[in-house]
Amino acid sequence: MAWLLNLLQVILFVATAPLLAGWIKKLKCWSQNRMAPSVLQPYRDLFKLVRKETVVAEGASWIFHMAPYIIFSVAVLAAAIVPLVAVELPTARMADVIVLVGFFGLARFFQALAGLDIGTAFGGMGSSREMTVASLAEPAMLMAVFTLAVSMSTTNLSTAIATLLHEPLTIRPSFVFAGLGLALVAVAETGRIPVDNPATHLELTMIHEAMILEYSGHHLALIEWAAQIRMMIYAVLLANIFMPWGLADNFGLAALGWGAVAIVVKLVGLTVVLVLAEAVLAKMRLFRAQHFLGFAYLLALLGMLTHVILEAG
Amino acid sequence: MDTLNSLYGQAVFLLAALVLFTSFVMLAQSRVTALVNLFALQGILLAATTALVAIVQNSPHLIISATLTLGLKGILIPLLLHWLILRMGLHRTIDEVKRPLQLLLGAASLVVFSYYVTLPVVELSELETRNIIAASAASLLLGMLLMISHRQAISHVVGFMAMENALFFSAVVSTYGMPLVVELGVAFDVMVAAVIFGVFFFQIRESIDSLDVDRLSRLTETEENE
Repeated sequence: MAWLLNLLQVILFVATAPLLAGWIKKLKCWSQNRMAPSVLQPYRDLFKLVRKETVVAEGASWIFHMAPYIIFSVAVLAAAIVPLVAVELPTARMADVIVLVGFFGLARFFQALAGLDIGTAFGGMGSSREMTVASLAEPAMLMAVFTLAVSMSTTNLSTAIATLLHEPLTIRPSFVFAGLGLALVAVAETGRIPVDNPATHLELTMIHEAMILEYSGHHLALIEWAAQIRMMIYAVLLANIFMPWGLADNFGLAALGWGAVAIVVKLVGLTVVLVLAEAVLAKMRLFRAQHFLGFAYLLALLGMLTHVILEAG
Repeated sequence: MDTLNSLYGQAVFLLAALVLFTSFVMLAQSRVTALVNLFALQGILLAATTALVAIVQNSPHLIISATLTLGLKGILIPLLLHWLILRMGLHRTIDEVKRPLQLLLGAASLVVFSYYVTLPVVELSELETRNIIAASAASLLLGMLLMISHRQAISHVVGFMAMENALFFSAVVSTYGMPLVVELGVAFDVMVAAVIFGVFFFQIRESIDSLDVDRLSRLTETEENE
C-alpha cells in the first residue's frame, strides 16, 4: 500500500512539474500586463518536442546522447526523495537530504559535460558559468540543509518533516535564515531572475540555455522536463520544510486529500512571491552572482550559528 | 498560557536574531542613505525586542526604555542623519566596501568568537534571555567592524551608534536593562553626540572638501607636490 502510494506520489510529482512551470508563466504574464498562454502550454511544448526529429551534432560522443536520459532519470529519483503529499513513504526513508544534493550534483555534472561535448563556444561558456554558479550555490544549500539536520537530529528529509509536523508551533530564528538562504539558492539553481533569465537566448547573459543549445527533439524535451521537475523539487522543499502544516502523516484518504490541498495552496503562495520578486528585480551581471550566492551562504551560516547560539542549551 | 509564554520567548529570540542580521546587512551596505535606513530598522527591532522582554519578564520599566529607543534610535537620530546627508549632498555617495564577501565571512567568524567568549557568562546567568548575550556581543563587534571597513564619516557615525545599540541590547538581555537614570543619561549622550557629529561633519568637509576619512591621513603639502 505504501509502495503504491509512493509510486503514485512520484508520478504525480513528475506529471505536475510542467503544470507548475505553466502556472509561473501565467503569473509572470499577468504581472507584466500581457496575455498569458494556457497553463497547459508546457505540456504542449513537450509533446511538440517529442514528435520532432532529434538532430545530433556531428562528432557528438556517447555523453551527449546519454546526458538527457541521465538528467531526467536523476530528476525523477530526486523527486522520489521529497515528500509531496505524505511523509514517511518508503523511498523517502531510504535516502537522506545529502543524497538529494548529490543527485542535483550528478545531473549538473552530466549537463555541463554535454555542453562541453559538442565543442561550440556557447556550450563551453554555459557549462563554465553553470559550474561557477553551482560551486557557490552548493555549499550554501548544504549549510541550509545542515541547519535543518542539526535542529531535527536527522538528515532524513521525511523524518525531519514528520518531527516538525508533530511538534507544537515553535518559532525558530535559524529556520528563518536557513529558509531565506535556501530560497536564494533555489532562485540561482533553477535559473530564475536575478541570476539567469529563463526567457532569453541572449548569448551574453544565458547560463542554462547556453548548455542545452545543441539539443533538439526528445532530448530537449527530457532536459526541459527535468528542469521543470527540479524547479518543482525546490519549491516543494521550501514549502514543506518551512511550512510543513497539512502534510499527511497517515495514509487515510482524508489526510491525503488535505495534504494535496495544502501543497497546492503553499505552491501557489510561493510562486506568487517568486513572480513578485522577479517583477521588481533586474537580472544581475554574472560577476555579481557571487555576491548573491555569498549572501545566500551567509544566511545559511547565520541560520546554523543562531541555532547553536540561541536554540541549543 | 504556558505555550503562549514560550511563543513570546521564541519571538524574543527571533527578534534578537534579526537585530544581529541587520548588523550583517549594514556591513555589506555601500549606500549611505540605505545604511541610515538600516540603522533605523535596527533601532525599531531593538525597541520591539525590549518591549517583548518587558512583557515576558513582567518588568514595566523596560517599556520606558523601549519607547526611548524607538523614539531616539528608530526615528529621531536617523531623521537627523538623513537631514545631514541631504544638507551635504551625500545622498548619492557610495561607500564602496572592498571584498564584501570576505568582510561578511570575517563577521561570521566574529560571531563564533563572541559566542566562545561569552560562554562562561552564559553558563553563570540564569535569565531566560541568557542565550542572546552572545548575539549582542557579536553585534557590538560588528558595529566596530563597520567603522573599520567603511570610509565615509557618516558610516563611522552609524557604526558608532550601532555599537551603542548593541551595548543597550546586551544590557537588556543580560540584566533586564540598566537603571532608568543611567539609560536616560546614555540616551541624552547619544543625542548630544549625534548633534556634535553633525557639527563635526561640516568642519571636516570644510577642511578637506570631502567626508572620506582616508583623506585625513594624507598631508595637504604632499598632495600639492603630486
